[in-house]
Amino acid sequence: MNANIFKTLLVSILLLSACASVEPYDYAALKQAAPRSILVLPPLNNSVEVNASYSYLSTISQPLAEKGYYVFPVSVIDTFLKENGLPTPVEMNGIALDKIDEIIGADAVLYVDIKDWGQKFQILSSVTVVEGHVKLVSVKTGDLLWDAAIRARYDPNGNNGGGLVGALVGAVVAQIAGEISDNSPLVARLANAAAFNAEKRGLLNGPYKIKSK
Amino acid sequence: MKYKILTTFVTVFLFTGCASNDTQYHWGEYEDLVYKTHHNPEQVPPTVQIEKLQAVIEKAGAVGKPVAPGIYAHLGLMHAANGNKALALASLTKEKELFPESTIFIDGLIQRSITNS
Repeated sequence: MNANIFKTLLVSILLLSACASVEPYDYAALKQAAPRSILVLPPLNNSVEVNASYSYLSTISQPLAEKGYYVFPVSVIDTFLKENGLPTPVEMNGIALDKIDEIIGADAVLYVDIKDWGQKFQILSSVTVVEGHVKLVSVKTGDLLWDAAIRARYDPNGNNGGGLVGALVGAVVAQIAGEISDNSPLVARLANAAAFNAEKRGLLNGPYKIKSK
Repeated sequence: MKYKILTTFVTVFLFTGCASNDTQYHWGEYEDLVYKTHHNPEQVPPTVQIEKLQAVIEKAGAVGKPVAPGIYAHLGLMHAANGNKALALASLTKEKELFPESTIFIDGLIQRSITNS
């Protein structure tokens, strides 16, 4: 039991020290632009899971809004773009920034590129992976304001094989996922939480952020 | 087994320490509705979504949190899909009042829906 407590502590310390040693993000462009509103376009999907784009889209409003930004309503935007002749995320991601400025009035666009998504069936088990990249771009200037890798994996068989982070993420997901069959949105939420709140590299707070008491 | 529980506990503790679990908005089922709108639309026809979104808005009021960005606009879309233009207009206008950043987009939606009718 003592050995187990020791292991747990060691894991905690490893995690915390990993946080502390990262190189800080260069926030100059983000601070300069100080966007208030973010348009999230349906992600480009380079994974083999056809549902990945819209599954991810259902996880992104909350983390951005909780950071203090106005997030355009993702389904309303998608419907609007489809009605205006852009049937898939590929066309949507090609909209010129001056059009976005004129018709939607967003300060910044979040472009999402999904690289890997969903359950991978292995011999004895399956793991759920989410991997991709998010990029915040200024609508007025086209400048890159912030970007981050998003990555998480969930191994339902517990602590072996997923690596340290995988095991920890797995433990959390197991708590909240219950018997939900498609757990990829939950894994995406963990990937988002890690990327957006990463110490020194996360997204800075926006104008609606309520400072905690 | 004990080790697993302990690790889970420590992990949850760590995560909640890093990113507070206490959200500034009340989200309710909004993002679940977004998911189903795209993947299982037969489960969430406009009338069902309207009911659920109104429940989210009421709950937000009850717990004293602001309604999150996008919820009134999504509600407006559902009223429009249901053919109720007056309620669609009211919901879209509410989104704009709460979040003036949406003005250009919402005004455009309203303008086009009026010119199309």
